[in-house]
Amino acid sequence: MKKKKIAIKDIRRFSALYLMLIPGIIYLIINNYMPMAGLVLAFKKVNYQIGIFQSPWTGLSNFKYLFSTKDAAQFFRNTILYNLAFILLGNLLGLVVAISLDSIKKKFFQKASQTVILFPYLLSTVIVSYIVFAMLSGKNGFMNMTILPLFGIDPISWYNQPKYWPVILTITYLWMSFGYSSILYYSTLIGIDKSLYEAAVVDGAGVWAQIKFITIPAMKTTVITLVLMAVGRICYSDFGLFYQVPMNSGMLYSTTQTIDTYVYRGLLELNDIGRSTAAGFLQSILGFICVVTANSVVRKLDEESSLF
Amino acid sequence: MIHENKAFRFFTNLIMIILVCSCVIPFIILVASSFSSEASLAQYGYGLFPKEFSFKAYEYIGGVKSDILHAYLMSFMYTAIGTVVNLVISLLFAYPLSIKDLPGRKVISFFLFFTMLFNGGFVPTYLIYSKIFHINDSFAAMVVPYLLMNPFFVIMIRTYMTTNIPTEVLEAGRIDGAGEGKLLWKVVLPMSKPIIGTVALMTAIAYWNNWTNGIYFLTVRRDLYGIQNYLNQVLSNVQFLATHSAGFVSVDAIPNVSIRMALAVIAVLPVLIAYPFFQRTFVAGITVGSVKG
Repeated sequence: MKKKKIAIKDIRRFSALYLMLIPGIIYLIINNYMPMAGLVLAFKKVNYQIGIFQSPWTGLSNFKYLFSTKDAAQFFRNTILYNLAFILLGNLLGLVVAISLDSIKKKFFQKASQTVILFPYLLSTVIVSYIVFAMLSGKNGFMNMTILPLFGIDPISWYNQPKYWPVILTITYLWMSFGYSSILYYSTLIGIDKSLYEAAVVDGAGVWAQIKFITIPAMKTTVITLVLMAVGRICYSDFGLFYQVPMNSGMLYSTTQTIDTYVYRGLLELNDIGRSTAAGFLQSILGFICVVTANSVVRKLDEESSLF
Repeated sequence: MIHENKAFRFFTNLIMIILVCSCVIPFIILVASSFSSEASLAQYGYGLFPKEFSFKAYEYIGGVKSDILHAYLMSFMYTAIGTVVNLVISLLFAYPLSIKDLPGRKVISFFLFFTMLFNGGFVPTYLIYSKIFHINDSFAAMVVPYLLMNPFFVIMIRTYMTTNIPTEVLEAGRIDGAGEGKLLWKVVLPMSKPIIGTVALMTAIAYWNNWTNGIYFLTVRRDLYGIQNYLNQVLSNVQFLATHSAGFVSVDAIPNVSIRMALAVIAVLPVLIAYPFFQRTFVAGITVGSVKG
């Protein structure tokens, strides 16, 4: 009798808990699971009149169509290469800044710089593009009016020449994100046991030896984890950075087009749904493979840091 | 801390000074140009300080252009409503997941977690929201897609609850006859304040900075633009004029340089003012987020 009573109480308790889950489950279905099912659209000829899911099947024709021009090779290349540069330089800069922050003696300067370097990370891409525009605008940009004349170089029309953009976008990315990665590394760095350094100094270790034999080994797990997590997202790009910062300029596509901007432009600007769905499909599938692979490597190295 | 020599410390301090300047100077340029007269901007370009001081840009924004103010208020509304609804959904989802004896907890966790590994991407998401739910040109378009629930934050909250709220406290409440809703409201929420603060802050920043939902879903109704989309519109008009010198866009529709910079300053201002107060919470959010959920 007593047992039954507890069970009824539990049922009431659990049903209250299940009720709490409902709004979230509905949202995940709409925002995440329905779009996953929507990946089949890559194999359909989407027709808004009939209804997107009722549209007829077309086999692989969207993919054939996607690879019929050299655009696909271009935006896949751009996405991967930019990500590689961002991963390499971003983590390197993050490490250097973390070590530098740690070595600052003046407490005020240390606190102030921690505050200031995070600031770009808080800005929307729209504001970032305003700042880049203030730097690079042809007629009155800071570069053309103030910096280049110092070196006697003629003004450059930045927004018309693709060759400068790999550098501009990489600098912009680093500027936006280095505060974030530095703070992450710094939080690991301050956890290093101070007596290790003291012992090393007693043994006659110089600055580089301390960095090489104490700091770097202590940071290894964090670095590897962050790098692998980023590798897991190598098929994705920050849409705002590649769309907004180059001001959606068609002349720059050869060095600024990534999978995300291509998919967006195909769907909403060029009404080229077939290619868009095909490119998006590849991005989702490759993205999934990359995340799972990267994560299983992280798990082998350090189970604590893996996502699952 | 590394026991360093003078040369090393000089070097690291130099790096930090350069980087701090690189973060500050763009803002100085932004603010300085917003206070410059149009004539001096045309002559000298953007600079570190106004060559000729002028309040005209701010007078213009404060006076004539009520649509700027409107966009600003819309941004505040999206941020406030989005953050509150997001927190409600996330907390309601995180609490049951923190209850160890809830049947099916693993399945629901996976249901949440899987969305972090795999997603349908932009095309299906856009088509489902716009062609099935007809969300285009509505208030919901700026609040619902992408931003209403972040699985990562839900896992952060759940982990906080499991590690910081002793099960004995909850058990005691249950013996006293409190239902789960009451426990969540009276016991769990007050004890989860730090993590709620962090998630609320990160979410509010995401809503304030959101402009992609605007360009995806607001095609006709400019009156629903938040400040970010308003700024975006202004900048693309400028670019359009620059590339198509024939005046398809009337010159009147494009605020001049100092007004544009003043707009950008105003859009950053709430974040800039609030930032020193929430810096600790923000850093906590970054470092907590780095640890496994």
